Amino acid sequence: MKNYLLLNIGILYWIFIAPFKGQFFKIAPIFRQMVFIGVRAAPMVALTAFSVGVTLAMQAAHSLESLGAQIYIPDLVMLTLLREMGPVLIAVIVIGRSGSAVAAELGTMKVSEEIEALEVMAINPVQYLVVPRVFAMLVMLPALTIFGNYIGILGGWAVCRYALDFNTAGYVLRALESAETWDLYSGMIKSVVFAWLVITIACNAGLNVEGGAEGVGQSTTASVVESLLAMLVMNAILTGIFFFSA
Amino acid sequence: MNANGETIIEVNHLVRRFGDRAVLDDISFNVHRGDTLVIMGGSGCGKSTLLRHMIGSMKPTSGSVKLFGEEVTGMSEREIERVRLRFGMLFQSGALLASLTVGENVALPLLQHTDKSPDQIEEIVKQKLQMVGLTGFEDLRPDEISGGMKKRVGLARALALDPELLFSDEPTSGLDPIMTAVVDELTLNLTKGTHMTAVVVSHDMTSAFRIATRMIMLGHGSIVAQGTPDEIRNSPNPEVQQFIHGKPDGPIPLNLSQDEHEHHQYVKPRPFAWARGRFHGRTR
Repeated sequence: MKNYLLLNIGILYWIFIAPFKGQFFKIAPIFRQMVFIGVRAAPMVALTAFSVGVTLAMQAAHSLESLGAQIYIPDLVMLTLLREMGPVLIAVIVIGRSGSAVAAELGTMKVSEEIEALEVMAINPVQYLVVPRVFAMLVMLPALTIFGNYIGILGGWAVCRYALDFNTAGYVLRALESAETWDLYSGMIKSVVFAWLVITIACNAGLNVEGGAEGVGQSTTASVVESLLAMLVMNAILTGIFFFSA
Repeated sequence: MNANGETIIEVNHLVRRFGDRAVLDDISFNVHRGDTLVIMGGSGCGKSTLLRHMIGSMKPTSGSVKLFGEEVTGMSEREIERVRLRFGMLFQSGALLASLTVGENVALPLLQHTDKSPDQIEEIVKQKLQMVGLTGFEDLRPDEISGGMKKRVGLARALALDPELLFSDEPTSGLDPIMTAVVDELTLNLTKGTHMTAVVVSHDMTSAFRIATRMIMLGHGSIVAQGTPDEIRNSPNPEVQQFIHGKPDGPIPLNLSQDEHEHHQYVKPRPFAWARGRFHGRTR
């Protein structure tokens, strides 16, 4: 826990204070990490989001049919995706794919003395390794969430268009009418918070590996479990703040 | 030994304890500019720990380490970075960044700490790789080259910023005799030509006597003998004689006892051990 807090302080220092002291972060590594963390997770995100959209629409169709309220299926798909399922499920995918990869990569670097070598070369590992990953995650998780929301809505449309009595225009109009900008923004805020949690937990796990290959495995597993728990608890807290308090 | 030269490293009464066992027990020595200090000693005698204290990555229990006249033991991370720019370090495994190519690894300190243009950096990288006999290896990845090559790339990287001081952790282990001679020659040229100072941890006695201007033998955390290579070679101390001639019988104990070995193997407590124990009990 102490290490985790120190890492967070370190990251904030390198993002907000160091640039004003003339130590700018480099842009190229951020893009490399964005490709690694974000772009390569896109196919998995698309598949997940599409399945979720389809599932939501099918469940909604079943439940709402008995009320004669099938017209509200797009509302349900749209709101569920934007507010909850989008940010949470895409964070789950990114934790499983990119968070674990980051923890394993940094962990391997730690056990093979690479981190120590950086320190001896007077290169700060937080600046050199962690900050680009944090930036990449902060940009890519919300971006993937928007992308996933689109695909999920597409999944809902597929069910409505081909299995139910909707036409495309009806679905789109209904969906757009139901959602407000706040629904999108609340999901984006969640997604940014999740991004911070996921990447800091993964980096912290990686940098604190001890004891060889086995240690790397244990840390990677721990980072996935901790990220998932932290993310889900944080989701409940944020939903409480956004939709339940006022 | 160059007694008139500037003192580069000053270690005074350095003590490091793990628990109640002293791994380094009252170590003192000086290294002057242009010297090559070889630190030798059996496995687990505290050589690597001593090296880590000298590069400032471990803090001593008591005592002081001065590099270039500056006390490093109490330094903050930022201050120590300034000192670290003046020395290079070769790790035992090379410690190359696996995600970068050989050339990028050597270029890394230059990219981070200098304003040189990409062309200049490429030129320096080529020159440094040539020094260690690896011309044309720039675009290979560390996992595509052998262990000995990795070590030589590590040396090229350590020399990238033309350091005043070089630390090497077993630079010649795993190299063939010819490459060992090349690396020794390189160290000698640098110390003689550019007045670089070198601190070398080594098991390789041929290489050690070839490059050293001063030697220290560690045993059980303290200095068993120190002096010029000739003094060491003619030392009456039986431990020294046993070590430099590699004899199996002599005063040096073969195995560390369990107690002495403890600090080397930090056994990480397994997470959820309590739960495992419980499940274990149930299945039985």
